[in-house]
Amino acid sequence: MKISEQWLREWVNPDLSSEALGHQLTMAGLEVDAIDAIPPAPEKVVVGKVLELNPHPNADKLRICSVDIGSDEPISIVCGASNVVVGGLYPVATIGAVLPGNFKIKQSKLRGEPSFGMLCSASELGLETQSEGLYPLDDNAQPGTPIADIICFTDHVIDVDLTPNRADCFSIRGVAREVAAANSLEFNAPVIAAVAADSNAAVNVSLQAAGAAPLFAARVVKGINSSARTPVWLRERLRRAGMRPVHPVVDVTNYVMLELGQPMHGYDLNKLQGDLSVRFATAGEKLQVLGGDELTLTDTDLVISDAAGAVALAGVIGGERTSVNSSTVDVLFEAAFFAPDALAGKARSYGLHTDSSLRFERGVDFSNTEAALERATALLVDIAGGTPGPVVLECLEAELPKRPAVLLRRAKLDSLLGISVPDADVLRMFAALGMQIEAINDGWQITPPGARFDIGIEEDLIEEVVRLYGYDQIPDIAGSMPLQLATSTETRVSVDRLRAGLVDQGYQEAITYSFIDPEMDALFAGDDKHIELQNPISSNQSVMRRSLWPGLIQALKLNLNRQENRVRLFEHGVKFSGQGDALQEQDVFAGVVSGTYMQEHWEGNSAGLDIFDIKSDVYSLMMLTGKGHEFHFVAAQSPILRPGRSGRIERNGVPIGWIGELHPRMVAELDLDSAPLLFEFLVEPAIARVPASFEPISKFPRVRRDIAVLVDRELPVQDILAEVVQAAGALLREVVVFDIYVGESVDSSLKSVALGLILQDKSRTLTDNEVEASVSAVTTALTGKFNAKIRE
Amino acid sequence: MVDLGELIERAEQAVAASNDLGTLDGVRVAFLGKKGELTAQLKQLGALPADERREAGAAINTAKQTVQEAIALRRSALEEVALQEQLKADAVDLSLAGRGHTPGNLHPVTRTRQRIEEIFRGAGFSVFEGPQIEDDFHNFTALNIPENHPARAMHDTFYFPDGKVLRTHTSPVQIRTMLEQGAPIRMIAPGRVYRCDSDMTHTPMFHQVEGLVIDKGVSFANLKAVLNQFVEAFFEAPTQLRFRPSYFPFTEPSAEADVLLENGKWLEILGCGMVHPNVLRNVGIDPDVYQGYAFGMGIERLAMFRYGVDDLRLFFDNDLQFLRQFK
Repeated sequence: MKISEQWLREWVNPDLSSEALGHQLTMAGLEVDAIDAIPPAPEKVVVGKVLELNPHPNADKLRICSVDIGSDEPISIVCGASNVVVGGLYPVATIGAVLPGNFKIKQSKLRGEPSFGMLCSASELGLETQSEGLYPLDDNAQPGTPIADIICFTDHVIDVDLTPNRADCFSIRGVAREVAAANSLEFNAPVIAAVAADSNAAVNVSLQAAGAAPLFAARVVKGINSSARTPVWLRERLRRAGMRPVHPVVDVTNYVMLELGQPMHGYDLNKLQGDLSVRFATAGEKLQVLGGDELTLTDTDLVISDAAGAVALAGVIGGERTSVNSSTVDVLFEAAFFAPDALAGKARSYGLHTDSSLRFERGVDFSNTEAALERATALLVDIAGGTPGPVVLECLEAELPKRPAVLLRRAKLDSLLGISVPDADVLRMFAALGMQIEAINDGWQITPPGARFDIGIEEDLIEEVVRLYGYDQIPDIAGSMPLQLATSTETRVSVDRLRAGLVDQGYQEAITYSFIDPEMDALFAGDDKHIELQNPISSNQSVMRRSLWPGLIQALKLNLNRQENRVRLFEHGVKFSGQGDALQEQDVFAGVVSGTYMQEHWEGNSAGLDIFDIKSDVYSLMMLTGKGHEFHFVAAQSPILRPGRSGRIERNGVPIGWIGELHPRMVAELDLDSAPLLFEFLVEPAIARVPASFEPISKFPRVRRDIAVLVDRELPVQDILAEVVQAAGALLREVVVFDIYVGESVDSSLKSVALGLILQDKSRTLTDNEVEASVSAVTTALTGKFNAKIRE
Repeated sequence: MVDLGELIERAEQAVAASNDLGTLDGVRVAFLGKKGELTAQLKQLGALPADERREAGAAINTAKQTVQEAIALRRSALEEVALQEQLKADAVDLSLAGRGHTPGNLHPVTRTRQRIEEIFRGAGFSVFEGPQIEDDFHNFTALNIPENHPARAMHDTFYFPDGKVLRTHTSPVQIRTMLEQGAPIRMIAPGRVYRCDSDMTHTPMFHQVEGLVIDKGVSFANLKAVLNQFVEAFFEAPTQLRFRPSYFPFTEPSAEADVLLENGKWLEILGCGMVHPNVLRNVGIDPDVYQGYAFGMGIERLAMFRYGVDDLRLFFDNDLQFLRQFK
């Protein structure tokens, strides 16, 4: 909300600079986003009255004005504005004036005609960024008067970012009360005198939605002059609040809203048909609102209606059919109270955020309604004449919001803040905020004013106390809490440890978006059963990822495009699966690797990257469980990965992830030059571990025996190793694969696998016979199980 | 009998003239070998009269020892030279890169989260996580944000067709933890959160850490102490923190806190307040017995401030030129 500082200071004028005032508001909870100075009044700009208008001989769009600027002779000014009229009063920048933007006014010739100054618009005076036409001054302005005496330039626009609870501060009145309270100044609201009715003209109003609209005040003003111009002072205050002057009736209602916080509406009386009612719309009812859109209403929309149907969406916007315009003569003002609950979300549902809806949704002071109506009537009669009728006030007292007293216990106040604010301060603050105070035994009963919709419980009152007392007055007091030691587990590998493992292997951690492009999602998840957002921020971020690979591939591509030819990225995060109630989040680690395995090296051995490079990266993480042997990499088919160079990661036979080279089809589809390697595994099953369990160390020598076996080329070495472990018996400490050979000397359907068996006993040195027995058990088993031939 | 003096002199000259171990060994053989000159002298001892034999034997042995010493000395000198030459030949350029991977880096968001966790863990806070897809109750209602509450407009929420939401903050983790564990409680909840908003300073996904302390007599003064200590620890420097009133439906009183930048401006870095009694009631904690504080901060915002990053969107581009900077 933007307000004029000068206007605020008419209500309450603390001895503070603009900056200090802004700081004070911020520290009281009304956060000031900006304080913008109105530029100083330019010298040598005076009131000018156009006496004559003559066509320019050389230009259709220019006219030559004879302007009275209070000097002996009128001056001649060439002007291109379309709204200049004979008899009109405008700011005139005379020769020597310097306008904002260092625009110097000199005597000049425009298309051959001399011009001795410039008629100014509001933007040329620095009052707004863009103007349509000249700035018309009030009719009673005297030519030659310095513009600084006519327009208030010594002002700032204070932009306050109000939190949703502070409905009461949506006005000069509300902010002024805060300023008065913060400075211990008297809050003297201007007295608003009732305007006597000069006619009986009135409109009947019936309240048919009592809970939603318990209070409705209306007043007829007949015979106004719609072409009257809203005075400069009022226009400037509207402008500084970010509003444009429109029509005396609209300007007045806007002004009263800014001043008192009461949104109002003015109808063209002669376009209304019959009595008014406040009711819920019938489903499907139409309302063409100001500005043209036709709304189709629902039965939860509150409307003002005449005999012919809805004339306004209550508290949000008026209807086009009954709007005031330049030919309006008779007006009906509305000032009402609509319940926040009834209006909540309404404006948003139609995309119609208005100054009115903003206030009503948060709560408008229902004790102020009639005063607002009187204020508007007085202003309108002042500006545009007219004869007011009587105030019509319909009110269902019982349906108005209640303001029960709220208990504030001294003990709770002290305990919640951690310090004791003196009684005198507490009393002063509540009084300054317009609250009624009743002292009781161990505290106070506090009754908030009608404007406050945010005081319902004790804590709300405590906030008021600390807010005005000053958050910076509360000391730091370190809390004392029961000692509780941290935990430390060896039954899980921490996710941060896995991160560290990958980082140490040269991976950069990435964080990619959880929502991705549906096409990428389908490509990687294998179908189009997307997990869709109802309101995505964009179409390429509209579905929840079912794999981390799409995001990583996108990051890979971005880096490849930036000439990074070696990319190693990983991400830890959640992937989603299932739909509706079966929707699941799974914690995964995923990685993408492209380019050479090692960075380019002076030895020149950096070339190459294959699945064994990332298998070791991933397996080193698995080893952190101390149970590396439980993890297996098993050949398996996936539409995403290249058959023969990819597979499942399993732990104890249970699938936990995938690893492999991107499928050539996907490489083409994704427009990549080479196939990256990928892995993804579920975190939970990959991190369970058991603490180490000590085994006595053998003091006896180890014996190694090497054997080579010829087996079927397709046979996974893992199967051979499992058989070796089983057959060798308790003496086997370790088995290593030290060579795999396929080639000329071996049948093309076979491969040679060279194994080293390391044997050791815990209690004695092994004899040759024992070693031979163990090796022979292995060879027999391999021959029997895999039809292996032992190479000599 | 030859002149031993002359023989020694010749031997010494030959030793001195040996420039490699092979030549030196030849000298050794020539004088001390089985057929060497000195060995020959020893063999001739038998031909001498008995009374001369002893003296001549001693002289020959002395000569032999002298020659042996000269050879040993020369050998050790030549070996040293050979070693030096070998070492020189084998020398490498230590300025060349070693083998193995250059380590990568943690994402700055992770780094920052880890530091925040470490700081709070040290004070006895536990770390909890929770789901990112939440129901209305945990994300809003339990937090005293009923339907149509104006505060919901503050949270530009992503919805799913069945009414579930992407959590807009990690507060639902606090709700879940309070429901499971009751009071007292001392926790932080880091994680991804989502708001339907995108510009220079907003991304539709970002990370938060929220904290919660519930116990008997926990006060606003305690909250200020914790957060003041936190910013000092996080920025590793005295850091001025300014608390000012604000509004959150789930805290009362509520505050936002700003840090003072070098340019004299205040930058908002966190929101906080005393937990609203309705929130406690919603999770079955009696607000007449327990009270507490909560706070929440954006991890990216802290990281931006800490490392001087000026564009939030960089965090999720995953450009290596960005990621590599956070060593």
